[in-house]
Formats: sequence, C-alpha cells, structure tokens
Amino acid sequence: MGILEVKGVHKRFGGLQALGNVNLSVKENTVHAIIGPNGAGKSTLLNCLVGKLIPDSGSVMFDGQSVLGRKPHEINQMGISRVFQTPEIFTDLTVIENVMIPCFAKRDGAFRLHGIESVQDEKGIIEQAEQMLADVNMLDKRNMHAGSMSRGDKRRLEMAMCLVQEPKLLLLDEPTAGMARADTNNTIDLLKEIKEKRDITMAIIEHDMHVVFSLAERITVLAQGTPLVEETPENIKGHPKVREAYLGEAQV
Amino acid sequence: MLGLNAKDSRFMLIVVALTLLTPFILNPFPADSALAQFNAGYPALMQRFAIYGLMAIGFNILFGLTGYLSFGHAAFLGVGSYASVWMFKLLSMNVIPALIAATLVSGVFALAIGYVSLRRSGIYFSILTLAFAEMCYRLAYSVLTPITNGETGLQITLSDPRILDGAPTSSSLPTPGFFGLKMNAAHTIDIAGWSFTFSVGYYFCAVIALIGFYLSLRIFRSPFGMMLRAVKSNQQRMNYTGLNSRPYTLAAFVISGMYAGLAGGLLAAMDPLAGAERMQWTASGEVVLMTIVGGVGTLMGPVLGAGFIKYCENIFSKINESVLHSWFSFLPDGVEDVVTWIFARFVGEGWHLTLGVMFMLIVTFLPGGLVEGGKRLAARRKKKSDADAAKHPAE
Repeated sequence: MGILEVKGVHKRFGGLQALGNVNLSVKENTVHAIIGPNGAGKSTLLNCLVGKLIPDSGSVMFDGQSVLGRKPHEINQMGISRVFQTPEIFTDLTVIENVMIPCFAKRDGAFRLHGIESVQDEKGIIEQAEQMLADVNMLDKRNMHAGSMSRGDKRRLEMAMCLVQEPKLLLLDEPTAGMARADTNNTIDLLKEIKEKRDITMAIIEHDMHVVFSLAERITVLAQGTPLVEETPENIKGHPKVREAYLGEAQV
Repeated sequence: MLGLNAKDSRFMLIVVALTLLTPFILNPFPADSALAQFNAGYPALMQRFAIYGLMAIGFNILFGLTGYLSFGHAAFLGVGSYASVWMFKLLSMNVIPALIAATLVSGVFALAIGYVSLRRSGIYFSILTLAFAEMCYRLAYSVLTPITNGETGLQITLSDPRILDGAPTSSSLPTPGFFGLKMNAAHTIDIAGWSFTFSVGYYFCAVIALIGFYLSLRIFRSPFGMMLRAVKSNQQRMNYTGLNSRPYTLAAFVISGMYAGLAGGLLAAMDPLAGAERMQWTASGEVVLMTIVGGVGTLMGPVLGAGFIKYCENIFSKINESVLHSWFSFLPDGVEDVVTWIFARFVGEGWHLTLGVMFMLIVTFLPGGLVEGGKRLAARRKKKSDADAAKHPAE
C-alpha cells in the first residue's frame, strides 16, 4: 500500500474525458513523477488530489483516509502540501512572515482567533521559521518583502513554506515550468538536497525530462487521461509505449 | 507596556496625548479673530472626530487588512444607534448598557450579513454589502416603523419606562450620562483671547476611541492580523497552507461591524435620537472615503481621514457668501462678485465639491493617503538634514 492510492478515477468536462480510469500508487519516501504530453490530464489529476476538483467516480485515499469532498485546507491539514506552477506566496508579507504562517497553520489548525497575542511573543514559531530559512539558505533575506524577490527565490520560499509543515506528501506542479536552464538546475539541486536531508514523499508533475530523470524513482506516464505505464526511470527511457505517446505512432 | 513593544508604546502614548489635548490643538485661533471660523475645537465637532475615527479604525481592520471593501457599514452604525436609544428608553440613561447593546446587536447583524456576503469576493462582495445596507435602511424607514419610528426617527420621551432610573423627577427630557457625569456638560476656559471648551461628551468618546485604537493596534500586531493580511495577499496560497480563510474574514467583518455599532451607540449617547438616514449608502461611502483619504491599512490613517472629512464638512459648509464677500472685499467690485460667485459653489451647500476635488488630488498624488504624505515630508526633511550633515562633516 502506498501513502497515496488513486483507484479508478474518472473526470469528464462536458464532452471531454479528462481522466479515464486512473490508478496510481505513490509509495512512502519515494519521488514519484507523473509525466505525459500536453492535455494528458496531469493537472486535472493533481487538482483531484488537492480538493480543487472532485472526480466523477473512483477513490483517492491518502494515509488511509479518503480526500474526496474535502476542501483544500482540510486536505493540507491531512498532510499534503502543494507547490504551484508559478510560485504562490504571500507577496505583500515579509519572507519570515511567509514561513511563519504555515507554522501557525500546523500548530493552531485551520482557524484560531488569536487576535490579542503579539506575533513577537511567538518565540517557538519564529525559531522554527528561521531554522527553515537557514535550511534553504534564505536567512539573509529574512525581512525582505517577498514580492520583490527573484523568481528563483520565490520558488525556494514556496518550498520552504511547504516543507516547514513537514508534509507527508509534497506535490509539485511543474516546478521548473518557464525557467531558464540555470534556474532549473538550481531547483533540481534544491529538491535533491531536500530529499537527502529529510524523509519525504514527493509527487512531481513535470514536462521537462531532464528534471524527471534527475529526480524520480518511479515514473507514471499519462496519455489521454489514462496511465500507460508505471516504471523506474531506466525502463521508461526506451519504452515503446512512451515513445508512441510523445512522438506519435508514425515515428515508431 | 500593555503588551506593546517600545516603538508601539511610544506611538500609543503620542496618540493618547494628541487626543487628550485636542481641545487646544484644534483651537489655534483667538475666539474673536477673523480666522476663528477655522477653529474646530467645539464639542459637537470633536465628538464626531472621535466617533467617526472609531468607526474608520474598525472599518480598516476589514478593508485595510483583508482587502474586502464593504459598502454597507452604515447599516451597523444605524443598528448601533437604534439599539442604544432603545436602551435609553427601556433601561436607563446611563450610556454603558446602551453602548454594550449597540456593540452586541450590531455584531449579530454583522455575523448574519457577513456570513452571506463573504461567499463572494471583490466587487460582488461590495455589492452584496451595499444591498444589505440599503435593505436595512428601507426596512428602518418603512416596515419596521414600530421599532424605528420611521421617518421621524427614534427619540426618548418622558413616558418611557426606564426601569433602572426610577420615575422622572423633572418635566424636561433626561440627558444620557455616565454615572452622574452628563454627556452634554462642558467647561469653558478663557485664556487671553482664546477660549477652550472641555466637554464630558468629547472626553468620553475619546476614551472609547482610544480603547478601540489600542485594540486595533493589538490586532494589527497579532497572528490573527497576520492571517488577515495573508487573506489580502494570496487567498489561494492560504487555503493550500491549511488555513480556512472564511472564518478569518468573517471574524474581521464582525469585529469591524461591532466598531461601527459602537460608534453608532456613541452618536446616540451624544444626542439620544436615531434616524434611518444614518444607514443610507452615502454614509457607508463616507467611511470608505475616510479610510482611503487617510491611508488604507495604516493604523493612524483612518483616524486622520475621519478628522479631515468631518473638518471639511463642518468648516466649509459654514462659510457662506457674506463671509466670502468680506474676504474678497479688497478686489474691485466686478471682479469681487465673480470670484465670490465661483468660491460660493465650493462652500456652504457645495462643500461636497471641495471634498471631491481634494479626494481626487489625494488619490492621484498621494495614493497612500495622508499618512503617505506625512511619510514623504519626513523623508524629505531627513534627506535635507543628512545633506546638511554631509556638508559640515567635521562638526
């Protein structure tokens, strides 16, 4: 049994079958990549996992509990954190505040009316956030306005915000989309570093084969809403079905 | 001090000092000088500064922190007024039960209106709150006449039960008070040509407004305040961080509604009557203007904005054509008439024109409001003094 078990998931948008009978199992402490050509249903699948979309049928179990019908914040409280395609951070807040908010969410739950306590008195939270910033080499940017940072730093900050919650599963939605090669390599290094430092399960949705083959331990190939194969990276490279999905039948 | 750090404590002390010294600060001109009409240090106006300042402070907790622009806060002001006049009628002329009732009843209203309106954001939220406020206004004006006394407005009468006060002893209407201190009591001190008025009503409002300011300062510095800023910054990230933004926005809405209700209660405590026009949408728009003119999301901005607008309203609406004629009497006859005619459009009844022009100027040149203006001045002065220091390095 994996930590995330997707079974027989279907999702239809009007006449378009976005997902047809998707089965997926993500094992604990592995990096699992989901790849596929444009329109394969990768993002739809991800949105079904985090509560943004509800599948028409099938089940999504995380850590023994169903996520279906739960709101995004409830699913996060179960232990799934998500990194977005374009970094989603609190641009009007400082870097340290950005990291403190997930710490509060982890400690106090989805809502708490702590309106009279002072943020400055929350020594434990501040320490935790600073430790996290040190881990991703951003402590020097502690008091910077998060919106004014470079895109690479925003990505790094978003990762820090997810990691500080110590999620059981980290979902990454094309973490290197639209990045220059140098930035892509930095992100790969960052993810490798994270993987080495802590036991974490990651599911990555990615276009870029370079990223996938540098990180993934298991790869699921999705085409036209259905998984074609699930294999190790070595076995994926020359797999005829994968070539077919990416390049079209004529090329085989 | 009181859970504030050194910088905030200093800030709070300055605000307290300014508030307590307001009767002096707003009376810079001798009573019989030509400029005396620009004095604002009389109780009725100072009370309004404090009351609308309080309302704007509360409004800023919602609009400034979460970015949700409510166009219906006048409803809570009106509800607070009605609730406290009812307390004056039923219980006692003491303002304490009246203010408590005003705050609680408006809190309940805010909970109901906020629960529905906060299902939408942006312009839809604004329109929903506007619609609710107009509904409250129309209801108060017509259907709910038994409770609100419709067009005439709710007033106290000699035949009210007032069960805690006992039977009326005089034939004149009682005035609201705070354990024996009458709200309309005032003491005037004349120093040289100046005359300063100290009224119980103003100081009572000022103390309540200061408590409101202190609470808002605490909220700004709290984890809750940080969450509200997170709502404004990125609600998507917030939800995917395991936080439910709905109760946070609802709490902010209810808190700001209670501030407005308390302000409405104070209005009734200063003058025990409540009319439906207090709930009109123009009144809701006014608090939005105050917050924007002063500086959205800043602590001091809303108070400054409230003072600025109430000052303009009272001072410019008092100026009439004969005052203008006396100002421009040095001009040749024909020219004087023309100049007076032009200026007359902007004063008296037309003071809204002046307000409109100033609002446009502020929003265009100082998007951060009066607070930003102050900051720019301070920065310029600092730059100048730094430049001076650089010129004379050896000193």
